[in-house]
Parts: sequence; structure tokens; C-alpha cells
Amino acid sequence: MARRVTYNLPLLLLAAIALACLLAPWLSPYPPAAQQLLLGAQPPSVAHWLGTDIFGRDLLTRLLYGGRLSLLVGLTATAVALLIGVSWGAVAGYVGGRLDAVMMRIVDTLYALPFVIFVVLMMVVFGRSLLLLFIAIGAVEWLTMARIVRAQVRAIVHSDYIEAARCLGLSRWQIVTRHILPNCAGPIIVYTTLTIPSVMLLEAFLSFLGLGVQPPDASWGLLINQGVETMEEYPWLLLYPALALTATLLCLNLVGDRLRDRLEGSAVGGDR
Amino acid sequence: MGKFILARSAQALLVLAVMSVVIYALIGLMPGDPIDLMISADPKMTSADAAALREIYGLNQPLYRRYLAWLGAALQGDLGYSRLFGQPVLDVLLPALGNTLLLMASAFLIAVAIALPLGTLAAAKPRSALDYGVNLYAFAGISLPSFWLALLLIMLFSVTLGWLPAGGMAPAGAPLGEQLRHLALPVATVATLHIGAYSRYMRSAMLEVLRHDYIRTARAKGASERRVVWVHAWRNALIPVVTILALDFGFLFSGALVTETIFSWPGMGKLIFDAVMGNDFNLAIVALLFATALTLLGNLIADLLYAKLDPRITVGRPR
Repeated sequence: MARRVTYNLPLLLLAAIALACLLAPWLSPYPPAAQQLLLGAQPPSVAHWLGTDIFGRDLLTRLLYGGRLSLLVGLTATAVALLIGVSWGAVAGYVGGRLDAVMMRIVDTLYALPFVIFVVLMMVVFGRSLLLLFIAIGAVEWLTMARIVRAQVRAIVHSDYIEAARCLGLSRWQIVTRHILPNCAGPIIVYTTLTIPSVMLLEAFLSFLGLGVQPPDASWGLLINQGVETMEEYPWLLLYPALALTATLLCLNLVGDRLRDRLEGSAVGGDR
Repeated sequence: MGKFILARSAQALLVLAVMSVVIYALIGLMPGDPIDLMISADPKMTSADAAALREIYGLNQPLYRRYLAWLGAALQGDLGYSRLFGQPVLDVLLPALGNTLLLMASAFLIAVAIALPLGTLAAAKPRSALDYGVNLYAFAGISLPSFWLALLLIMLFSVTLGWLPAGGMAPAGAPLGEQLRHLALPVATVATLHIGAYSRYMRSAMLEVLRHDYIRTARAKGASERRVVWVHAWRNALIPVVTILALDFGFLFSGALVTETIFSWPGMGKLIFDAVMGNDFNLAIVALLFATALTLLGNLIADLLYAKLDPRITVGRPR
């Protein structure tokens, strides 16, 4: 029993963090943006468990609301990456031949470029809206997904049951969506779980540079960014957001790895 | 082999040409141009002056005309002046490239030197304490944001202990010890984050190799476990790892943006970021293209290395 609990610890912790963030408006007695300038930055206390920032805002509240945004970016951008990657990989894998070669060469090429820099460039050129943040991050993270899906599709496209489906007169669309993709679900699920933390890391990175989420909204990356400015006087403003982010990412990665062990047998490193 | 290199080089050049268009267009689409900055710096400037200046510098031309003009000059070796630094672009770029290489190559070598033995040891004794430790460390490595690690190191070694400088680079003529002291924290940041992933690659490659029949043969003929791991398995396990490492090496040229920014290390990542943020068109375009070109080169080398290391792989066939 005790072993089971340790084994599932990352998942439990993750669920607790996500739930707390989701229920933030009901859990916290403070509005996230309400300033109490007279209060100023206070170390952790009974009234403010994690202290307050320089505007007297409750840090725990801001952390929970920030978590909502960080997780939202993580999920949405992953969905974008999933959509592009799965479609790209499925088309290349199913059609095969020359189209496959060209499509995968494009993926190889994009892989080769220093991507973070392009994200920075995109954020500068197209402005800093949340929607764009999702798309920009998703557009960067789909490459590995496309490769994985394509390899899976190639592996099963010649199996007998696909042949049978074709003989029965199913359209290409039906074959791909009903027979091929469900059989690729394992790797897709695993890699999706592993994409969420890398997306969240990228968001934190952009927000840290001041290119991601904009105040008065807050994500963990932005809270860390603001915490850095006052890290010598008020270290808790940096410490707790950074801990929240690191713990969440660690849990997500561990859960993803467990899933990989469970669904794919041995763990062969595929993280880039 | 020669044909393969030629084909891949041609492909890389094509990619580079396409990227030059994309980069130029993105930079060209950026809000604001140098004349806007002049206007905000000089309140006496009229809109007629601005229009005249745009005429002189060709900034009123459509984007593709500007691109062609830039390309023509660039191909003749004229990359223009950096607006931020007031120097020819190359004079700014090359030192930054050197600084980035110093930082990233040191970090890369240290990470490889630590990670490969660590991963091998973990694979040689699966489910041992060391194996779990390496695994946990690997996860910490991919979960820890680089800026957070950098800040922790600064807080510990610069603020609390006061042993190492918090940032910057030692001046050119400084003694070696001083240079190393400035290098220590940024290198430690980059290396720490890579050790996790690299040791995991090594571990899984080693586990894969140890399953093979020739390993059983080696054990059966009475080779010691140490000899089996470090002589028979090690070299074969290295093949996929070296490829991944070579692919990663390509990324070293674009620098570690966040690490360089936090430690004010004057390298490529920081230079590109500053150039983009400061509307320094000429510098940003050339620096981005440089980073892209060097990354493509790194990938080409990775491909060749892979074929070289594993004689079973023939180059030239479509993969």
C-alpha cells in the first residue's frame, strides 16, 4: 500500500495542484489583483500563507491564479501541437512515397533550426496576445509528434485489417480516423503527456523574458520574472513561484514516463 | 559519400536561402523602423524629414525590393552596420560567436564527460540506487527551468558565499584564473541541465546493447563484467548517443539565450535577443542567419558521423 502511494505520488501531487488552481476563486479569500499598497511586501504569515508582493497582493492567490494560466497555456498549446503533429504524421505515413519523403524532410529541416529564437521573433513581430502565445508554442512543439505518429502509421498501414477495411470500401478518411489513429493511441497519449511540461517550460521562458503573459495577468513564469527583480529583499516572491513550476513540471514528466513504461514496455529515451 | 555530402550541402544551402527570406520578412514586419526611433529621439524632426530619410534609406520600398537590395549587398560581403553598436555587423558578431562557443563548448564537454560514464554505470546496474539517482536527476534536469537554476547558483555562490562573480565576462587581458571564475557559473548552469538528458540517452543505449547475443558470448567466455561493459558494450552503445550529441552540438551555436541574459554573457543568444528587441535590423538578420547556418552544419556533421561510426549504415539512400 505504501509503495502504491509513493508510486502514484507524482500523479496525486499533480491532481492536487491542478485542483487547487482550478478552484482558486473559491479557495482564496483575496482577489488576485487587489492591491494593498500600505501593506506592501510581507513575509509569509497566518493571514498570507506565502506572503505578499510589493503591491500587497496575496502571493498564494496569485500563484493559484497564475497556475491556471500556466496550465491553460500548457494544455492549449499542446492541443495545437497535437492537432498539427497528428495530422501531418498521419498524412505522411498513410500516403507514403514521395509526399512522405517531402513532408518528413520539412520536419527534419525545421528540427534543425534554432527554434526558441523564432518564437521570440514571432512574439515581437505579431504582438503579445495570449492566443498567439498558444499558437506560437504549439507550432514549435508539433515536430516530434509528427515523427512519432508517422512511424506508427507506417508500421500498421500494411496490416491485414487495414487491407480488409480497404476491401470493404471504406474511404481513406474513415480508414485513417477509425482504424489507424486509434491504434496509434498509446504513443500519442504518452508523448502528449510529455509535451505539456515542455510547453509549460517554454511559456515560463517567454514570460520570464517579458514576451509571454503580460501583467496584470500572471503565469508562473511571469511571477518568477517579477520575483527576480526583488530577490534580495523579498526572496519568497521568487522562491514559491519557482518551486510551484518546478514541482509541476517534475510531476508531469514523471507521470509521462510512467505512462510510457506502461504503454510501450521499456523506456527508451525519446525526449529531445 | 562525396555525392551524399554534396546533396546534403546543396539542401542546406537551399534551406538557408529560404530562411533568409523568412527572417528578412519577419524582421521587416516588426513594428517600427529606424526612422521612427530617430523621430522619437529628435522632437524637431518633421514628417517631411522622416519621409525624405525613408526615401534615402529605401525604407519606403516594398519588402521584396528591400530584400533583394540587402541580398545583393550581402553577397558582395557588405553586411551593413549595426545600429546598436555603431560597428560593422561582423565586428559585433564574431566576438559574440566566440564567447558563445567558449561557454557552450565547455559546458558540452563537461556534460558529456560526466553524463556518459554515469549513464553507463546506471545501465550496468539496473535498479540500483545509482540507477534511480541518475533517473531522478535526469527528470530534474528536464523539469528545472534554466533561469531558476541560474538564479539559485548566483544566490549561493555569488550572494551568500561570495566566491564567484554573478555575471559578465573577464576583460580580454585578464589572467586565466579570472576568466575561469567568470566562466564557472554559466557553464555549470548549462552543463547541469544537459547531464540529465545525456545520461539517460547513454543509459537506454547501453541497456539496449547489453541485451545482445555477443554480450552473452563475451560473458560466457569469462570476460569480467567490467570488461563486458566498458569494452564490448561501450563502443556499440556510443553510436546512437554520439549522433544525438552531434545533433545537440548544432544548437550550441545559437547560444543559451536565458543563461547568457542572466549572467550578462556577451554571446550569440543575448546578441540576437538584444538586436531583435532594439530594432537593429542588420545585426538581427545576419546573426539569425549565422546561427541557422551553423546549426545546419552541425546536423550535416551529425549525419556523416553516424555513417562513419556504424559501417552497417550506407549513406545516399533515402531514409
